[in-house]
Amino acid sequence: MILSVSGVSKSFGGLQAVRDASLDVEQGRIVSLIGPNGAGKTTLFALITGFHKPDAGRVVFNGEDVTGQAPERIARLGMVRTFQIVQPFAGQTVRDNIAVGAHLHRPARRDALRKAEEVARQVGLADRLDQDAASLTVAGRKRLEVAKALATDPKLILLDEVMAGLNPSEVRDVIPIIQAIRENGVTIVLIEHVMQAVMSLSEHTWVLNQGETIADGPPAELARDPVVIEAYLGHGMATRLAEEAPVA
Amino acid sequence: MKTLAILAVVFAALGVLPLFVVSDVWLNSLIAVLYAALLGQAWNILGGYGGQFSFGHAAFFGTGAYTVAVLQVQYGINPWIGLVAGAAAAGLVAAFVGALSFRYGLRGSYFALVTLAFAEVLRILSNSVPFTGAGVGILIPLDPGAENLQFAHKSGYFWMIWAMALAAFLAAWWLGHSRFGARLMALRDNEDAARALGVSALRIKLGGIVMSGVFSGLAGVFYAQHYLYLDPGLAYGPAISVESLLVPIVGGMGTLFGPLLGAAALHVLSEVTRDIFGDAPGISLAIYGALLIFIVMFLPHGLAGLGRISARRLIRARPA
Repeated sequence: MILSVSGVSKSFGGLQAVRDASLDVEQGRIVSLIGPNGAGKTTLFALITGFHKPDAGRVVFNGEDVTGQAPERIARLGMVRTFQIVQPFAGQTVRDNIAVGAHLHRPARRDALRKAEEVARQVGLADRLDQDAASLTVAGRKRLEVAKALATDPKLILLDEVMAGLNPSEVRDVIPIIQAIRENGVTIVLIEHVMQAVMSLSEHTWVLNQGETIADGPPAELARDPVVIEAYLGHGMATRLAEEAPVA
Repeated sequence: MKTLAILAVVFAALGVLPLFVVSDVWLNSLIAVLYAALLGQAWNILGGYGGQFSFGHAAFFGTGAYTVAVLQVQYGINPWIGLVAGAAAAGLVAAFVGALSFRYGLRGSYFALVTLAFAEVLRILSNSVPFTGAGVGILIPLDPGAENLQFAHKSGYFWMIWAMALAAFLAAWWLGHSRFGARLMALRDNEDAARALGVSALRIKLGGIVMSGVFSGLAGVFYAQHYLYLDPGLAYGPAISVESLLVPIVGGMGTLFGPLLGAAALHVLSEVTRDIFGDAPGISLAIYGALLIFIVMFLPHGLAGLGRISARRLIRARPA
């Protein structure tokens, strides 16, 4: 297990955002985290990567207990996240943006810039290296999020909705990029609403609802799981769907 | 590398000027501009590149100035050693202010207020303890000679401030071409994103404020050796803090040459207003205030941004 999250909880005031969530990720896989809006997916990412301190539970990364450690330390260990609401260093070029990530294990400016170019090629931003990050399109900014994280040479990368807001053809372009990242030996955890991506990329999926992990398994099976259907569509929907259109 | 070449040319040009300029008035102007540029670049390192707006750089400036003066007057220590000690003491004060405020995540106006408070506390302290000369101030005995860091001729002071400013500008250039600088700017532009990429916010900001403090302290050392007199209002007064931030805001925050442009522009402005209004007290401050409002409203990138805007206009105008 490269990442093992057990019994993690977090509440903000009276709101229990994450309740006793657990998941185990094997090295070299692409797994995903799905759930309705407000289920606590992004909060769980923030808990895993040190942006919030869990009230309870443990996060073990690569054999080391990282529960509640600072994000910069967790990043140095090899686990980085991207942000659902993209966070470019606005006013800096794409090259300089990616170089910030590349500097994590490369003190020399020249090495970091070379790595930035290499990563830009990997995610398809090579022709926009000298553009201001703020001038990128939504699709470009999502790629930049991935590029910055990838430039740190992570062991595990947590991608928070990198396909949200993209049109179907843009989604089709991003899927092979993510597959290529995994082929380079990086473990990937996705948060995704775009089911096309979840189905074609991930081997294992956890479903989060109201802060709890309610089911997990291969995505195709989960799509038929009554518990999951009810979480998304409401109580009683699973039986009604089954009556109206029996699953073949 | 291109900016380094421009920097070398600019400072080389400034460096040969005194060979042709013999008039003390012009030499004084050059000294004043370089001194303001040093003060501004020091602030720019933390404020422009790091995005942490200090309103109390007088705390570092005054510490540099008082260190070199007190060491000479009270302990008979050579000002060359005092120069190093002054810069180091200013760096220490900066580290202390930074450790307290960044440790607790103070940003924006809260950080500005805390720095202002520190400068004021130091002003009041230096006004009350005997070894700084308290309210009377401290007078460094006149004894010209390079070994005493005092010069009979203005050109000596010119070289002194030229070297100090060059060091500050080289440091700022380095920020644009190093990992430390990249991290400092990343924190300025998006702290969460920077931390997610392994940037330690506390450590980098501390580095930024210490660097900034050291150069402010150097400006203080220069001031003490140049005027040979200090009092709490001069060394730790808000005027220094205001000048420190006004210069790079007018010239262009976070740019290498902004502080030099700002220093030159403000110097010309103050000379012109003095010509027109005579020495009517407060007029220059009123004009500075109006100018600051104008710059913030219409030129967010300062004078250095002017070139960029007109270049963009030209490009946009061409296809039409």
